[in-house]
Amino acid sequence: METLTWTGSLGPYINPILGTVVSLLAISAIATIMRSFAPETDGFSRSANTKGPKSILWNYLSPGLIVGLIVAVVAVLYADIKNQPIGPLEPGWSMFITILIASTIVGAALSAAVFLIPEAMIGLALRFTALAFCAVILFYVLAGVLAPFGTVGIIGAIADQLTPVWVGIVVVFAVSIRYKRRLGLYGKLFDNPIGMVGFGLVLFWVFCALFADMLITQDPLTQVSGMKNKLPGTPVRGAQDAFYLLGGDNLARDVYSRLIAGSQIVLSIAPAATAFAFMVGITLGLPAGYYGGKFDTFLSFLANLVLAFPVILLFYLLVTPEIRQTGVVTWVAGVLFVFPVIFVWTVMYSRWRISPKVLAYVAAPIVIIMFMFYAGTVFKMDPFVGIWTTVMGHLNQGNPIGEWMNTTWANHDPLVSLGLGPEKLNIFVAVVFVNSPTIYRIVRGLTMDIQTRDYVAAAQTRGEGPWYIMLWEILPNARGPLIVDFCLRIGYTTILLGTLGFFGLGLSPESPDWGATINDGRKLLSIYVHPALPPALALMSMVLGLNLLADGLREESLKD
Amino acid sequence: MLIFLTKRLGVMLLTALCLTFVVFFLTNLYPNLEKVAKLEGTQRMTDVQVETWLVRNGYTQPVFTRYGEWLGVLPGFTYTHDDGEVTGRCIRRGMESADAPARCGVLQGDFGWSVVFKDEVGPIIWKRLGLTGKLMLTVLLVMIPSALVIGVLAGMREGSRLDRFLSTFSIATTATPEYVSGVILIVVFSSRVVDLKWFKGTATSAMEDANFGNFTLPVITIALYGMGYIARMTRASMAEVMTAQYIRTARLKGVSFPNIVLRHALRNALIAPFTVIMLQFPWLLTGVVIVETLFNYKGFGWLLVQAAGNNDIEMLLSVGIVSVIVVLVTQLISDIGYVYLNPRIRIG
Repeated sequence: METLTWTGSLGPYINPILGTVVSLLAISAIATIMRSFAPETDGFSRSANTKGPKSILWNYLSPGLIVGLIVAVVAVLYADIKNQPIGPLEPGWSMFITILIASTIVGAALSAAVFLIPEAMIGLALRFTALAFCAVILFYVLAGVLAPFGTVGIIGAIADQLTPVWVGIVVVFAVSIRYKRRLGLYGKLFDNPIGMVGFGLVLFWVFCALFADMLITQDPLTQVSGMKNKLPGTPVRGAQDAFYLLGGDNLARDVYSRLIAGSQIVLSIAPAATAFAFMVGITLGLPAGYYGGKFDTFLSFLANLVLAFPVILLFYLLVTPEIRQTGVVTWVAGVLFVFPVIFVWTVMYSRWRISPKVLAYVAAPIVIIMFMFYAGTVFKMDPFVGIWTTVMGHLNQGNPIGEWMNTTWANHDPLVSLGLGPEKLNIFVAVVFVNSPTIYRIVRGLTMDIQTRDYVAAAQTRGEGPWYIMLWEILPNARGPLIVDFCLRIGYTTILLGTLGFFGLGLSPESPDWGATINDGRKLLSIYVHPALPPALALMSMVLGLNLLADGLREESLKD
Repeated sequence: MLIFLTKRLGVMLLTALCLTFVVFFLTNLYPNLEKVAKLEGTQRMTDVQVETWLVRNGYTQPVFTRYGEWLGVLPGFTYTHDDGEVTGRCIRRGMESADAPARCGVLQGDFGWSVVFKDEVGPIIWKRLGLTGKLMLTVLLVMIPSALVIGVLAGMREGSRLDRFLSTFSIATTATPEYVSGVILIVVFSSRVVDLKWFKGTATSAMEDANFGNFTLPVITIALYGMGYIARMTRASMAEVMTAQYIRTARLKGVSFPNIVLRHALRNALIAPFTVIMLQFPWLLTGVVIVETLFNYKGFGWLLVQAAGNNDIEMLLSVGIVSVIVVLVTQLISDIGYVYLNPRIRIG
């Protein structure tokens, strides 16, 4: 079998089109930026110095000078590093000044030309080229999905492999746009182009993680002999119709499959850890902001303490195999993870305090199940086995903390647990621990602000309890900033997870998570770029998506 | 102001004590001590041998006692061997036990002995800090002006196309952690695949002789990630100032737009970013560790990685102290600076 090229047999036709569109897009983007320095766009066009000879100097020469300076500095640096002259010019001041003057004149002429074009036209050009760019990309994807395998090369093959993801994204977008007026803040997101782009990126990785088992082409951990550091599109040795789509890494594993499998790891930890951190931060931040006083001073001191700790040092101390042996992690997890249970119980109790039926049949079972998950995940303990062994221990030996009890505990897997191994639990704890103080501070600030409102006073006059006011009056009114911060924080948590992987902390060295893969790939970066680049771009695009999503949500929530 | 400063210094001291104790506690857990014993002795020590080693070197004392010894408030541990020889915390190799001081801790200016580098901790820390200082200074010189320019340009006309471009750019930089941007920059500028080879992919040679070839990539990598956040804060602050009454008055009086931005708005718009820049220092530390690892620049971050990877307790504690002091001092400066710059705030 032949090695796949990037765009296959369709490449010679469509790649020039893509090139043209990209350069047009770049030109119109630069023109837009230059145009926005034009004097009359500032809303009060007839201000003092837009007329007369001085204005010409100011309006055209200054943008020209900026362009000239940039070009000259880059050119001189380039010549200096490469240690070769550009044309007849030797590196040095004379070269700098010549290039500066030349490009200033060109820049001034260019900006004069750009300033003459009406702004609406440039905007239209930008919009059209951006649309054309999207259309070409869409064409690549569609051609890849529809055309037979290999026609559109590696890009087409990957697009084909990712078909479930495309279907998922299209369905979610179609349904959401159809019903966007009924979907509240989420629906408003679809009025905001930046928010939509962000949501699309996030959705892409969410579906990649969900369908990971369908999307991968090779086992992410298997090493195939002869595939070490092979370039993208290499057929797998000794297999029929199988390719390493993005090449092989340093240990001859498939980069593409590891990328997809890595998204599963990231997306299974980051959102959950962020949610846990939020519950810890909210449960502590609400009373701190509401009551103030000594409690607030103490908790704020603790929060500042954690925040003053350099994150990286904390990770190096807290995420090691040695720490896992000592049980410190279990105890920190025991403290941190009890907060979600407390949070859920308080939310329900404060609301349905006076209806015991709801408490008994809804709230209590939920909290008991959550508690079982808590005990199972953190302490690897099944409450039923715990109670049973304790009773049996009392009856048989009169010694409740006997050896027999401990071995029975250890031998019984918990009935329910989140199924986190010791390594994942360790990472989880570290990430929640680092994130919750910041959330505590945000919630505390919001609470202090909101509790001066009239509806809080009204609730107090009605005789509502403090926790009802905090959880059912203050918290819902603080949701806007908290939702935005939640999106941003998932991104930040993803970065933290990558940092952990980059330093080889936490997960086992062969795990396909993005940080660890980047770390593996960086050692040979100057020769083989394909193992390290895909996870780097993946991590970047996901965090970028989350940030854009947060930005869109913030803009839309401010419009009310 | 004096009361405020005293209070802040007190809190700082308390914070530093708590944090060093946490580091001390975590590095002195039994499995970590076992690791140290095996590093100092041999890898194939039996459990009994490890135990003896720990007893002889005073690692089995209560953790508070040892923390006191490290601080220098308690006399250092000594152990009398069977042959009458006395070894101890304060007695360095080749030193007579009678000459050694009773206490040797941080308060006496003794930061201890590094088991990895086989040398005094203090001088190593200073040397590496100097190297990182060079890197950080360059980063700040690049990062702050460009972030402020981007922020001011974006914030001066909120909602304009320029604003959209620059805001998207700053969002993109905050979404690109150092280990991602570093990899991308190395691929573009120094790998064989793109074949530009403008810069070097390592900064080892920059430790003695920093030039554009070997120092640009690490500096830009750190600067990019920190820049976006400062730029966004500057933008928000600038946009707020531009809606203020006095700016409108100036507009109505016919002051030109560049004049309004440069003379009237800029000064007030730069108060908030000042705080943000100061609070960026703790984040920059993480960036420094990543970039120094990625570009093999043996500064403070590299030292942290070496110390933490080998559980070099006393080195790690000193690294911890230095970074905590940096964080706390920058917080203090940001608070004082904020009060100084903003006359509306007074501290009694």
